[in-house]
Amino acid sequence: MRRKMYEKEISACSIFGAMNIEGERFTGEGVIKAIANMHLRGNGLGGGFAIYGLYPEYEYYYALHIMFRGNEGAKKETDALLNRSFDVVHDEEMPSGERANVPDPPLVWRYFVAPDKKGKDKLLSDDDYVVQKVMDINLRIENAHVFSSGKNMGVFKGVGYPEDVAEYFQLDSYRGHIWTAHGRFPTNTQGWWGGAHPFCILDWTVAHNGEISSYGTNRRYLEMFGYHCTLNTDSEVIAYAVDLLMRRQNLPMDVVAKIFAPPVWEAIEREEESKKILLAMLRRVYAPLLINGPFAVIIAHHGEMIGLTDRIRLRPLTAGVRGKMTYLSSEEAAIRLVSKKLDRAWTPNGGEPIVVSLDGGGRGEKVDEVIPFA
Amino acid sequence: MEGEEEKKWMKSYLLPEFIIERNEDRCIKCKVCERQCAFETHRYDEELDRMFSNEESCVGCQRCAVFCPTNALTVKPNQSAYRPNYSWTGERISDLTKQAETGAVLLTGSGNDRPYPIYWEHLLLNASQVTNPSIDPLREPMELRTFLGRKPDMLEAELMDDGEVRISTEMPPNVMVKTPILFSALSYGAISYQAFKSLAMAASEYGTLFNTGEGGLPKDLRKEYGKNAIVQCASGRFGVDLEYLNCSAAVEIKIGQGAKPGIGGHLPGEKVSCLIAETRMIPAGTDALSPAPQHDIYSIEDLSALIYALKEATNYEKPVSVKIAAVHNSAAIASGMVRAGADIIALDGLRGGTGAAPKMIRDNVGIPIELAISSVDERLREEGIRNRCSILAAGGMRCSADVVKAIALGADAVYIGTAALIAMGCTLCQKCYTGKCNWGICTQDPYLAKRINPDIASRRLTNLLRAWSMEIKEMLGGMGINAIESLRGNRDHLRGVGLQEWELEVLGVKGAGE
Repeated sequence: MRRKMYEKEISACSIFGAMNIEGERFTGEGVIKAIANMHLRGNGLGGGFAIYGLYPEYEYYYALHIMFRGNEGAKKETDALLNRSFDVVHDEEMPSGERANVPDPPLVWRYFVAPDKKGKDKLLSDDDYVVQKVMDINLRIENAHVFSSGKNMGVFKGVGYPEDVAEYFQLDSYRGHIWTAHGRFPTNTQGWWGGAHPFCILDWTVAHNGEISSYGTNRRYLEMFGYHCTLNTDSEVIAYAVDLLMRRQNLPMDVVAKIFAPPVWEAIEREEESKKILLAMLRRVYAPLLINGPFAVIIAHHGEMIGLTDRIRLRPLTAGVRGKMTYLSSEEAAIRLVSKKLDRAWTPNGGEPIVVSLDGGGRGEKVDEVIPFA
Repeated sequence: MEGEEEKKWMKSYLLPEFIIERNEDRCIKCKVCERQCAFETHRYDEELDRMFSNEESCVGCQRCAVFCPTNALTVKPNQSAYRPNYSWTGERISDLTKQAETGAVLLTGSGNDRPYPIYWEHLLLNASQVTNPSIDPLREPMELRTFLGRKPDMLEAELMDDGEVRISTEMPPNVMVKTPILFSALSYGAISYQAFKSLAMAASEYGTLFNTGEGGLPKDLRKEYGKNAIVQCASGRFGVDLEYLNCSAAVEIKIGQGAKPGIGGHLPGEKVSCLIAETRMIPAGTDALSPAPQHDIYSIEDLSALIYALKEATNYEKPVSVKIAAVHNSAAIASGMVRAGADIIALDGLRGGTGAAPKMIRDNVGIPIELAISSVDERLREEGIRNRCSILAAGGMRCSADVVKAIALGADAVYIGTAALIAMGCTLCQKCYTGKCNWGICTQDPYLAKRINPDIASRRLTNLLRAWSMEIKEMLGGMGINAIESLRGNRDHLRGVGLQEWELEVLGVKGAGE
């Protein structure tokens, strides 16, 4: 068939996030319990976790989690590409528990790499270089999909209920200072491992509940900037949009929230002059990145966890704070399960972001430059 | 006109196109039909006290039938026919006969009526079910506001200490329309002052734009309606002066027109009244000739020179549009236009209308707008420059669903010409080039032109805009979208039916059920 065919899965879901704002790492026990508590929001066809502060021993290297399906071919091809493009300092098969209740687990491998840029590529920043290689693998190598590509963080996901996926990847053995989790209810096609959330590019992850009715517009705009949606699900566009806006264009989160979920024109007109000009400009320039349709997302990167819903709040999101811990969740009950007492619990308005940041130089700070492999 | 001489002595072999049936019991001989018809089809015979019809001159515009107070008239296509012949159809025979009798180029008006595929009829829209709530526009915000013009690739924003966000990127000029429907170029001269003013009034009333076409903007309309005008600068350069350019919302360079790609225009001297002469800045009574090309644009770099000349003249405060007919290489041409500095690409498709065009050109040159939108949008995206311009699609939008489909294929907004004329009364008799429009639209005869009352005609136009906008909102809401920008280029919401693989490929849509 000559035509490009895009597939899009749509899903309802549960999302949960927990962050220690002092950057102290904690185990996933509570997060797994919380997401399991929202069992009914998923249907066993997808679950996943993102963990920040995961690999302190390799904190200067990009940690690539790559899934391979089918026979050896995809891995061989990927290994060749990785060896050509990176210094691979360590790689291993992802430890997994054989007895977990997950169907047809693919081979998942993790690589810790440093960019080995040659020729023209030297002009690219490390991050751009990694994005390019991730796109190369996803687009060009059949049956290989990069789950995760950030430093000192990782995404674990698959088909099954999130608690089963956690068991499969033995997540109780990991620690991190931000955990986000997702339980999935795909409504069409079979759930597949690559389609589970969170979606990741570099250290940006997105766990999404909803269906993006602007998907086609968003996807085609992002294609202009070199992002190609290959994971067959609409949530992927949010991850790439976040990378484009926050990392490449350096826009603050508050601005990005107004791009994804802008106020309606009538509300903009009621704002004071300077705000009005700003909001109108954002809507004009970034109209193709308005995320339309119902969504609640938890976006995370090093040092920050963000919760956001669509502008008319068609999906739920609740926040809770207890001491150093901040929680975001589809349901308040899941937060209460982890932390019976909360200093504060609230539900934000549609399109109003909740930004949780590290409280000054915690250990999870973003690391920019690679220290060359000695 | 050529052939006029022959008519005097040569018997015409043409069959009348229409047959007029008059119900004598109903006819009260009020002579309304006689007065309404500029083609002198109806005649009252005093001696016999009876109305007669000369069917050879009837164009089938239905003016007499609509205005007959007793509904005594029925005008219908002549059922008489030549022997059926798939190759030599009645139309081919009568066209040839016409040429044998006149020795002239066949002229026609309005848009291509040939049975080329209408892709709108092969595209179906999506709607939300279960997983995504549809949105009711009567109860929830539903936004159609559209900005036309270049957008920067990104904004440089900085979060200041006081929490304010400062943007250092300079915004190129954009123009806002409240609905993504604009009135297409209909020049004063081609249409009557009254019809022209009606379009201006409606655009201003509804918050959208009208296009002056190439005949300038009468001075008395500039102050009130200039801010809703896209002023054209065409190959004849009629009426272009600094005030004209600067009173506008945007400037448009007309390279081509969907109804007659590759050829110019000709307004006969008898139509050039004093006001038209003043507006076009030519002597009254002289022919207004628009050359086929713009004689200062023989290449893409020449286009760039004119674009920037116009930007200079307007202090870089107006978006500059370039309008081309949709032709085989539109995608590559459009890409060049954007790089040459065009802020808006106006594409006029195969079915775009005209006041006068050679029939062979109208019926055989160009490509359907649906395919043109799609290939231009795709090309600009491949080159990463889609956001540097807006795409305005024209030529064949007949209803609000066509508008929605055009935007989903990749247009920012659409131009409607024929649809606007129909709202004012036009019945597509295709005789615009005769200057005898019985509906007072495409004529400079004061007796006919005053049939258009701008207060009423503009109301009919705003009603059309309101109705279509409401329908667009309903369709958007059904798709779970509450802002028009989320539909733009969103071909996921389209599915093709009855299309071949290559057509789906060009349109960039899946087949229904895929």
